[in-house]
Amino acid sequence: MHIIPLFVAIPLGSAFLVSLLGKRVKRFSDSLSNLATFSLFFISLVSIFLVRNQGILVYKVGGWIPPIGISMVMDGLTSFMLVTVNLIAFLVTIYSISYMEKYTAKDKFYTLFLLMLAGMNGVIITGDMFNLFVFLEIAAISSYALVAFGTEHEELEASFKYAVMGCLASSFILLGIALLYSFTSTLNMADISRTLTERGDNKIIFFVSTLFLMGFGLKAALVPFHWWLPDAHPSAPAPISAMLSGVLIKVLGIYALVRVLFNVLGLGEMKSILYILMILGTISMVVGALLALGQKDFKRLLAYSSISQIGYIIFAFGLGTPLGFLGALFHLFNHSTFKSLLFLNSGAVVYATGNRDLEKMGGLSQKMPVTGTTSLIASMSISGIPPFSGFWSKLIIIIAALQARQFVLAFIAILVSIITLAYYLKVQKLAFFGKLRKKWEGVKEVPFPMKLSMVILSIICLAGGLLLLPGISEVFLETARDALLAGKEYAALVFGAL
Amino acid sequence: MANKLINSNNKGMTLIVKTITRLTVGLILLFGIYIVLHGHLTPGGGFAGGVIIALSFIHLMLAFGKEVALKKLSQSMASFFESLGAILFILIAILGFLGGYFLFNFLNKGEAFHLFSAGMIPLANIAICFKVGAGLFAVLVGLVLLKIGKKE
Amino acid sequence: MIYLLCFILFCVGLYCIVTKRNLIKIIIGIGIVEYAVNLFFILIAYKMGGRAPILAEDQVIENMVDPLPQALVLTTIVISLAVVALLVAIAVRIYEKYGTFDIREIKRLKG
Repeated sequence: MHIIPLFVAIPLGSAFLVSLLGKRVKRFSDSLSNLATFSLFFISLVSIFLVRNQGILVYKVGGWIPPIGISMVMDGLTSFMLVTVNLIAFLVTIYSISYMEKYTAKDKFYTLFLLMLAGMNGVIITGDMFNLFVFLEIAAISSYALVAFGTEHEELEASFKYAVMGCLASSFILLGIALLYSFTSTLNMADISRTLTERGDNKIIFFVSTLFLMGFGLKAALVPFHWWLPDAHPSAPAPISAMLSGVLIKVLGIYALVRVLFNVLGLGEMKSILYILMILGTISMVVGALLALGQKDFKRLLAYSSISQIGYIIFAFGLGTPLGFLGALFHLFNHSTFKSLLFLNSGAVVYATGNRDLEKMGGLSQKMPVTGTTSLIASMSISGIPPFSGFWSKLIIIIAALQARQFVLAFIAILVSIITLAYYLKVQKLAFFGKLRKKWEGVKEVPFPMKLSMVILSIICLAGGLLLLPGISEVFLETARDALLAGKEYAALVFGAL
Repeated sequence: MANKLINSNNKGMTLIVKTITRLTVGLILLFGIYIVLHGHLTPGGGFAGGVIIALSFIHLMLAFGKEVALKKLSQSMASFFESLGAILFILIAILGFLGGYFLFNFLNKGEAFHLFSAGMIPLANIAICFKVGAGLFAVLVGLVLLKIGKKE
Repeated sequence: MIYLLCFILFCVGLYCIVTKRNLIKIIIGIGIVEYAVNLFFILIAYKMGGRAPILAEDQVIENMVDPLPQALVLTTIVISLAVVALLVAIAVRIYEKYGTFDIREIKRLKG
């Protein structure tokens, strides 16, 4: 039970130790950060078993009893998100041992990366509204600095736009928290939920939920607020693109939105909010897929594809049925693995050849077999081809949509899936298959750490369907879904476990 | 010739500003330390006191030019103090595990309203003061040291 | 009634971010927006005729204003300081690379 604050303490401590001693001792930054992320991944696996055995766990920071003190809550949804985040972080740290040799200030990179990881872990485990805001800002500010890491022309411009939009989103979230505090006079999530049940609804809850939808939706790149993403994600170095697109928009945007709307405000049954989520999700799916068809830059195409897949997840959350939640959570896990794998592949291509333009590449899989094979596995998985993991999650989402009688939207989802297959086939044909051009005769395969993390991620893509087997899915996915379905009983569970 | 007497050293600001700075910069530093140490009794605490201490160094840099300020506190020393402050704070938080919880107040609490009381809160204030003071000074030094020129 | 003026200040800052063309004016607009949100937070905590929430040896705890939002606003001011410092550093580097502060000329990323 005392391992809960370690999720925040270990990355913070390692970040500042790397900053202090990184230049004095050789290879210190690499080994310490890899050790830190490996231990975090191990502790997150332990936490699944703890939640399975003991139910919901509540930790009082500093010994102060909530609602006076800050509490950290670990239930099924928390441990699910923790495993996702720390797995991707561990594999990306292995990858960046050799990728970041091309940039100059490697220990500053590790400092910022570990700070971003500490912020993300803090958002997941906290049980207090203002603490959520503080950790959200820590993660966001570190990501603004990491996008501008190479300090070339386009990276600075993309980082400035991203920072202005992110700052505006945080102001909306803070305004929502201020209004919620003025109505309920407490900041603890379980206590807010209990006070709202006692006092009954009020008109102000609609305004607050609109503010939260705008703020968290901007961080998650829902469609009216998506236009920072195609500039920011391609300009970052490849491991950071994998972290941003694979984990950050899910933790800061989708997890926080779902936790606040369904558990704290208790709007899981209100038809209007669910309908808005479904419409926004569908528009995101369609816009992302159509804009991705015409792209020539490898990483920009992957960024538009992210917008489309996030639309799938929000659409499934908007359905409101238990099968819909299961599909959304499974697709969230799958998307982090295959989108990170695709971004790491693009990083390997940039490391070997030095450009990102699809029309100038060709036939690279003859010289770089590992990159080509893993990229083929990831593309087939994201388009939904049968035995890979993406097929199962999209199938569950479409079946849930049909069960909830949304026939038109389910048909649109199937259409978008076919368009996804189309543009990923285009990427594969232009970049990896075909004739090898003369100027790429001398490329070599990428070094060993990069190959290792890409191979491990592709194995998870292949075996992802196994998560739906009855024994494993109870432990991993269904506890997460039950935590969301509980709605306002979250408060009773938390106070019972104090 | 009167113009040459006014600005004998070409760097920095005029003679009036330099004289006043020599008189007051030590007092500003002392005031900042007072606010940090009395953080549990009066308003203020780690962050506000840290900002005032950083301001005293920045005042030195604005009045005399950046070489004099960098001689007092060089860039690598500022980076060292910043990381040291953060590591001290995390150490205090982890030592709270001895009392049972993260960030628990485990030292002797003393009597109310005295200077040496309230457990580990003054130590946390001092750690935050190191970090904030060094951090703000490093931010401004970083902005000043960049040479602005038109490149393409 | 006072809260309405806070919202008007928020909208002024929003207008500044959306329509101005100089990078530095956008940063000032962000400062105005954060100022409005902090002001709103503190105004929520005010009680008519309350006094400052400081406990000393000879004072009694009665009729104080709410101290919790004041602590929260301190944290928020630190966060916005960090964001503005980062934005100004990025703006200085952009001037070094592009040679101008006008956002109509800084448009290399398209599509």
